Amino acid sequence: MRFDTSPAPHVIAGYSVPRVMFQVLLALIPAAVVHVAFLGPGLLLQAAAACVTALVCEAGALRWRGRDAAPALRDGSVLVTAVLLAFSLTPLLPWWLTVLGTACAVLLGKHVFGGLGQNPFNPAMVGYAVLLVSFPVEMTRWPVPLDAGAAHGWEDLASLSLACFYGGGNPAAWDGYTGATALDAIRNGLDMRYTMSELLDRHDIAGAFGARGFQWVNLAALAGGIYLLARGIIRWHIPVAVLAGLLVPAFIARALDPGANLGPLVQAFSGATMLAAFFIATDPVSAATSDRGRLWYGAGIGLITWTIRTWGGYPDGFAFAVLLMNLAAPLIDRYTIPRIYGHPRE
Amino acid sequence: MARNDFPAGLVLDAHKAQALREPVVEVPPPRYVALALDQGSGSEAEPVVPVGASVRLGTIVARPSDPFAAVLHAPVSGRVAAIEVRETAAAGGLGRCMVIENDGGDTRDEALQPCLDYAATPPDELIARLREAGIAGLGGAAFPTATKLATARERDARRLLLNGAECEPWICCDDALMRSSAGDVVLGAKILMHALAAESCVIAIEDDKPEAIAAVGTAARDLGASVTVTAIPAVYPQGAERQLVTTIFGDEVPARGLPADIGVTCQNVSTAAAVARWARTGEPCTSRVVTVTGSGVARPRNVLARIGTPLSALIEAAGGYRGEPLRLITGGNMTGRAAPSDELGLTKAMNCVLAATFADLDARLVAQELPCIRCGDCATVCPAALLPQQLHRAALAGDAAGLLRFGIWDCIDCGCCDFVCPSQIPLAWRFREARRDLRAQEAAAEKAAAARERFERRERRLQDAAAAEQCVLDAVRQQARANAGTPATPPTDRAE
Repeated sequence: MRFDTSPAPHVIAGYSVPRVMFQVLLALIPAAVVHVAFLGPGLLLQAAAACVTALVCEAGALRWRGRDAAPALRDGSVLVTAVLLAFSLTPLLPWWLTVLGTACAVLLGKHVFGGLGQNPFNPAMVGYAVLLVSFPVEMTRWPVPLDAGAAHGWEDLASLSLACFYGGGNPAAWDGYTGATALDAIRNGLDMRYTMSELLDRHDIAGAFGARGFQWVNLAALAGGIYLLARGIIRWHIPVAVLAGLLVPAFIARALDPGANLGPLVQAFSGATMLAAFFIATDPVSAATSDRGRLWYGAGIGLITWTIRTWGGYPDGFAFAVLLMNLAAPLIDRYTIPRIYGHPRE
Repeated sequence: MARNDFPAGLVLDAHKAQALREPVVEVPPPRYVALALDQGSGSEAEPVVPVGASVRLGTIVARPSDPFAAVLHAPVSGRVAAIEVRETAAAGGLGRCMVIENDGGDTRDEALQPCLDYAATPPDELIARLREAGIAGLGGAAFPTATKLATARERDARRLLLNGAECEPWICCDDALMRSSAGDVVLGAKILMHALAAESCVIAIEDDKPEAIAAVGTAARDLGASVTVTAIPAVYPQGAERQLVTTIFGDEVPARGLPADIGVTCQNVSTAAAVARWARTGEPCTSRVVTVTGSGVARPRNVLARIGTPLSALIEAAGGYRGEPLRLITGGNMTGRAAPSDELGLTKAMNCVLAATFADLDARLVAQELPCIRCGDCATVCPAALLPQQLHRAALAGDAAGLLRFGIWDCIDCGCCDFVCPSQIPLAWRFREARRDLRAQEAAAEKAAAARERFERRERRLQDAAAAEQCVLDAVRQQARANAGTPATPPTDRAE
């Protein structure tokens, strides 16, 4: 009798990239629900536009490169990119900017380098950075979140989101419902010589423990992140290092000068902190690859974010922090090769 | 209980219980045996009997030409029918084999002598006799035991470690042997300790084999042997030599070194039992216990079979095929080699014959390779603490320097990285190919260096010859000048 002679090993666990990507999307659901509840349904519109664009760009790019598009569309990685980009965008962005940003993410962020696994930069952050530097006004107009004591309702945000998405209407007419994010308002307030305690007393800025509205989104993202950790989809090194890199300097600065610095709790629960720490910085393709390397990589992201939030020209800094550390990842990898079994200890 | 001190590893489904339910049964000697001259160590022995010669059970039929093969004995009495290239379980799928027709008499070679007074035999003589007995590593490497012992003596390695870990799924021949022949394992340990002048002996057994641990422990007490039986966690690849040494002694075996470098000699428990059987009866290494299992056989069990027995006969002894076996794996499902046919002869290296059906292979059969996403899951399970994702990148790029930097030669080919890869990349296979390419490059470079050396030597020789000729010419000219007092005409222009 004759048999097949494929090489060992003859058994594998059967884990799959689509499963990983599906779990990431699943873990984003709580954050999405909270996001929609507090910021209106804009996220869903952004996510829909981003997903459609991402799938079209992915299929087009693969076809153009002469590859089979079907497995790549099924692997779910491009959907994760699209959804993470949608989370990063304001829910009030006009659809063509979302399409442009997603196309940049998938084409410039991913396929020019050779597709899945080859991109040196986090594709979602490439798309976000392109939009932020090109359309700063549109990118920083956020709805005022529906946290305790809001004067408007969810329906107002719904019609606002739809109008903005289709690009209709006069933004000035929506003035009461839109504004800067908390981090942005605090930065501007400090520039105008307000003290930190005055700013944190304002209900349109601060919530119970973090930024108004965004504190709940962050909490839900944290829950999703813990789920990913528990399922073994991500490992702890990057999120812990990102949070340490952001919160330790925040703690020290706050202790030294409470009037001018946000404390670690507000830092942790405002802006994109939890989303970035658990979902964006953990993109393995563009991160450092050894455990020790990932600690340096994450700490760098946290520290750069804190620096940008404290002194930079942008309210949040995660996109640039992630892109800068993507740039440093090959160098980190070079200096953090773990000691191989049987090789001398240093 | 000792800790599992090597990095990472995997807890795998064992699939061992079924084959252990049945007692070990002896396979009837087959009509013919096909003895692979490379029994699995990667080196072929040279036949020392011609085709047509009649041999007895235990007659030496092939001798090694280097220290990496073991002496081969006739496992049956009869006539040498052929020495030919056949399909084998070796790397290329083909190898020279000696086919011996069995006359059914099992007439024993008279030269075979037991070694009852091993304690009075000088260690070097004992090692020489073990070499003649063809004892080789029965754990799967078929490396000649005598060579290992000699190296250990050279390096004064006085700690003996008997490997009864048997960590790979499906394989349970050592477990069965330890349960049924614990006395031989312990006697073998005593003989090996004498050969090594060893100070201590540890028998390491994974803690999922309580019967074996108890049996070997009892035998050790009964025989008054100074051996320690240690239960170790059942984690794959616990039984890999380096990893086991680290679990037991805490030290790491240096890269590109041997356990002997840190004073340890490692032998398999079934090798020790083979040593004991030889010492008691004079029987050389002509048979072994092998697990015949998988969803593709009717009655999975352990069998005692002559070396060279066709695998089909082993399957027969386990009740024949059942269902639709797709692969016939020699060894376990992590590192075993898939045999092209069941006509192959059993070798000393084969601890298991696994007839795997779709159910045993499923995810592997439908695996679809996707690009690496550098998730690093492979690195978290690598027992050599490598970064397989980086090795893979270097392998795809043909980056020899990268392969070396990330430790391609430290890979032990266990397949843990393959097992967990979400992109279902055949990593172990790719690393095997990369090592083969590196070896080929090295060989080509050596060949080129030798050719250049030859060319340069020739050039030097020609130059020296030309210089010598010029010297003679100059002398002749000078002589002529001196003689005639006028410029002489050179006799020829050859030197120009």
